[in-house]
Amino acid sequence: MSDLLRLATAGSVDDGKSTLVGRLLYDTKSVLADTLDAVHRASADRGLSTPDLSLLVDGLRSEREQGITIDVAYRYFATPKRSFVLADTPGHVQYTRNTVTGASTAQLAVLLVDARRGVVEQTRRHAAVLALLGVPQLVLAVNKIDLVDYDEVTFNRIAKEFTAHAVSLGYAEENVLEIPVSALVGDNVVERSANTPWYAGPTLLEHLENVPVEPDPHDAPFRFPVQYVIRPRTAEYLDYRGYAGLVAAGTVQVGDEIVVLPSGIRSTVTKIDTADGPLDEAAAGQSVTLLLADDVDISRGDLIAVASDQPEVTDDFDATLCWLSEKPLKPGARVLVKHGARTVQAVVTELRARFDEQKLSSVDSPGSLALNEIGRVALRTAEPVPLDDYSNSRRTGAFLVIDASDGSTLAAGLVGAPLPVLDGVESCTEGGVTAAPDTHALVSPGP
Amino acid sequence: MTTALDTLGRLESEAIHIFREVAGEFDRPVILFSGGKDSTLLLHLAIKAFWPAPVPFPLLHVDTGHNFDEVIEFRDRVVAQHGLRLEVAKVQDWIDDGRLEERPDGTRNPLQTVPLLDSITAHKFDAVFGGGRRDEERARAKERIFSLRTAFGQWEPKRQRPELWNLYNGRHRPGEHVRVFPLSNWTELDVWNYIAREGVELPSIYYAHEREVFLRDGMWLAEGPWGTARDGETLLRKTVRYRTVGDGSCTGAVESDAADIETVIAEVAASRLTERGATRADDRLSEAAMEDRKREGYF
Repeated sequence: MSDLLRLATAGSVDDGKSTLVGRLLYDTKSVLADTLDAVHRASADRGLSTPDLSLLVDGLRSEREQGITIDVAYRYFATPKRSFVLADTPGHVQYTRNTVTGASTAQLAVLLVDARRGVVEQTRRHAAVLALLGVPQLVLAVNKIDLVDYDEVTFNRIAKEFTAHAVSLGYAEENVLEIPVSALVGDNVVERSANTPWYAGPTLLEHLENVPVEPDPHDAPFRFPVQYVIRPRTAEYLDYRGYAGLVAAGTVQVGDEIVVLPSGIRSTVTKIDTADGPLDEAAAGQSVTLLLADDVDISRGDLIAVASDQPEVTDDFDATLCWLSEKPLKPGARVLVKHGARTVQAVVTELRARFDEQKLSSVDSPGSLALNEIGRVALRTAEPVPLDDYSNSRRTGAFLVIDASDGSTLAAGLVGAPLPVLDGVESCTEGGVTAAPDTHALVSPGP
Repeated sequence: MTTALDTLGRLESEAIHIFREVAGEFDRPVILFSGGKDSTLLLHLAIKAFWPAPVPFPLLHVDTGHNFDEVIEFRDRVVAQHGLRLEVAKVQDWIDDGRLEERPDGTRNPLQTVPLLDSITAHKFDAVFGGGRRDEERARAKERIFSLRTAFGQWEPKRQRPELWNLYNGRHRPGEHVRVFPLSNWTELDVWNYIAREGVELPSIYYAHEREVFLRDGMWLAEGPWGTARDGETLLRKTVRYRTVGDGSCTGAVESDAADIETVIAEVAASRLTERGATRADDRLSEAAMEDRKREGYF
């Protein structure tokens, strides 16, 4: 089992996300004395009687002044079992941009809801984005459970509704877990709560420590974007020519037959080198240098793949874009696509569909794609690129869309990654969830 | 069977990937190198990233002049050992020709920004590696691995790009540059554990030694070219070590008997103070101190 878990949090400000993250840091003793003193002082300055744990994580002064978080922040904490890298993604401002960023590397996401309000539209949208980005595990923290008097029925109803939604997005039930918590009081975050005797599951931290995650796709076909060609030209290494990169997927062994794409030239791996000495085998996540049997022409941007299971090499493909720029996308736009270590020119030839955030459905042939919108497009590239479907490979199925004029990142691109996953949302929200029951009804449930 | 990388292996692999991306995409990268532990670790990782070829970047030290002798000796020895090229931008030169003025408090850490930016411009550096980590301080928690700086070296929160997967966008306009932080995801404890595992040599002042120090603002400061104890402050001989190495006038030592790497790790693991809060006066100026200095182009 991996000793490192990358996770993302998502939820709106009002759900108490900063307090939950602050609570995780505080209760795992990841907050050091001087930082804590500063929080105690700042809380007292504001006339609060107990420390405001959200102050531990609200970083930029402009955010503290407004009491909101506006950008993804990274937190680090560790227990004897695991180390955690937490991408704390703000909910209501630019939620797609932030959620997509946090989710792109996450193995698990923690979504928050307010127990008084239950699953709301934004929860469903967040879950849909997490599903689209392929985050393998979901946790729903049903927060402020103290404010519904630790009511089991309320929790069960929220849990059932969320699991149903996640399943409709393609999650297996065993990869979804709901936990009743109070970030403010600390119930079931790190310490098991005496207030929820009806809850038999793990605390949030116990789950984070024990959830099985496969950090890298070892079972997938071997993929290796060449980042840099190492040629020492020293007396000792006169003829050394190594292809440096990070294994994006699968494993490679000395003797494996590989193909270099897009050229299609074949060769055999003769050595897997590192500064610590050669390896017999390298797996996804490892930075290594490959040496090949033949003196072939390989440069930065080429992809080395296992010969027996190659990606498609194409200059014409469909993709899903999460649009992250204030400049809207129009059909015919000329952009740059960065895939692996290769950047190519591209044209967005067609906008096929746009995911409608409000209706949680898709609209065909939209005229544009605006900030925080998700759409399906057709792309043509100036040179052929070797592509995997995103649903098969989160590494080699992903790309950036870059503005050629000012260099800004315009969109997160997912090869294939069909919108139908999102379309599924519509049917599952028809069941009356959008007509959200009011707070009172939730606290005193039905017959 | 393949064994999964452990945390340190994963952090190392990520840092090597970042070094190679920069080598592939930029024309004139440089590594900020002070001889301190984070920059020594950066250099160690760079050497591993390009082995058996030499590191394809020069090093840059923005020298406050308020140095510890042991660190400068170490810096020069490491540079010679690996056959690297070191550029030194001396704050003193900027003070001498009037481009900078000494501060009333004598601290020179904040004065590093101008020599740094001038050097970046003069050498046309387009990527500048720094040892910053996100766990150091709240304003750093939102820092990107590739952090875009304007032609004035400024960090504008709103122009920072979303970082997706491990695809880094290093594009920049002429005159702009990108600060690159390969240690972003490391914690202080990770750094020390890795230094122990790899046997990375550090300047001796990171380990317990005897030194004449005096107490000011709750920190043990050493005497040096930057000054000594004032009235009411007493020089004492104590066993101390340093957790960070910066301008000697504002870098405090901590009382410690940790004389080797194992005891340092035990001490760091048990410590209840962040390394910046404990030993860097410049970070304690205000709650938003780091955010302000980053906007000005500080590393």
